[in-house]
Amino acid sequence: MKLTEEEKIIAVETTQQILAGVDRQNRGQLIPVLQKVQEKLGYVPQVTMEKVANHFAVPAVDVYGVITFYNQFRLTPPGKNQVKICMGTACHMRGAHIIQEAWERRLNITVGETTRDREYSLERVACVGCCTMAPVVVINEEVHGKMTPTRVDGLLFAHQLDKQKAKEGNADNEQ
Amino acid sequence: MAEKVTITIDGRTVSAEAGEMLLWAALDNGIYIPHLCADREDKENPAASCRLCFVEVQGRPVPVPACTLPVSEGLVINTRSERVDGLVAAAFELLMSNHKLDCKNCPANGNCELQRIAKERKLRLKPKNLPVLERNLPVDNSVAGLVYDPNKCVLCGRCVRACRRGGNAVLGFTRRGYDRVVTTFGDVPLAESGCSGCGECAGACPVGAFSVQK
Repeated sequence: MKLTEEEKIIAVETTQQILAGVDRQNRGQLIPVLQKVQEKLGYVPQVTMEKVANHFAVPAVDVYGVITFYNQFRLTPPGKNQVKICMGTACHMRGAHIIQEAWERRLNITVGETTRDREYSLERVACVGCCTMAPVVVINEEVHGKMTPTRVDGLLFAHQLDKQKAKEGNADNEQ
Repeated sequence: MAEKVTITIDGRTVSAEAGEMLLWAALDNGIYIPHLCADREDKENPAASCRLCFVEVQGRPVPVPACTLPVSEGLVINTRSERVDGLVAAAFELLMSNHKLDCKNCPANGNCELQRIAKERKLRLKPKNLPVLERNLPVDNSVAGLVYDPNKCVLCGRCVRACRRGGNAVLGFTRRGYDRVVTTFGDVPLAESGCSGCGECAGACPVGAFSVQK
């Protein structure tokens, strides 16, 4: 996914701020630095990985290796609506992968990515704690149980309607 | 010059340098122990990840990897036992369960560590108990003269180390578990990664994953 120029500048500045004062010899700081970047930006962009690798004098591919090894790191900016598909045991047994495929097909992205308009991002999570409602999807903080591919369509449609209404509401207020 | 010690491997008395890893001492004396990840040029940090070089040490309760065992005076080693063979067979079968088996068209045919191990230990190249999982990863031939087929990779890490010694350090391990793969920063093709095309990786690869294109 392509980042805007503005995002790149913010990423570079944030990284430099966080790296300032970090001991170049202390490679143990690599993960804490990456975590701080993610805390600030919500993801770890490529420019950050290159800068961090340079700072600690390790090959950039090693930093990339760390980022792809740990689930907690994101490579793409999160969307306005974060769709989390539960992959816990109960949800798995009740066909969570079918739900995942439905979202991927509908949003035209794969897990870990964000749609081009930055509206939705898709991720897999471990158990969210309401196994009786399996398979479960959490959109932002809202829990949706007993998911089916048709309900995926329904949720997206409802969301689009809400958005349209909000837009019209704004237009009415302006008049 | 390091101190010489005398050890016994499979009933044969051999002399080796004290502190040298057993694997190298055995290989230098013509005793074959299967190995993939071990690297002669990086003796300090053996990866010990391929789990193929197990040996029995007299006085130790369980088999140990030969690549992490420094030799000491009077060490008695057996390179084969039921337990060793079981461990090696299991590790080898797991490796072969996601190795693209295409010996006939493989550039490493005849010069492949996997073929050698299978021959020496009378193991099958095609797994008997496990299904073969195909990863279908794209082959990278973007750099002239070099072909990288990740489907044949056994994740020994020799290319990664070779790339750091002789190349531009563009190769590294990424991802985790079954998805673990040797790749470049951002998964870009080798040609875009700053690869110099030195071919160190092809020289280091024990199988046909990295090869020089004729």
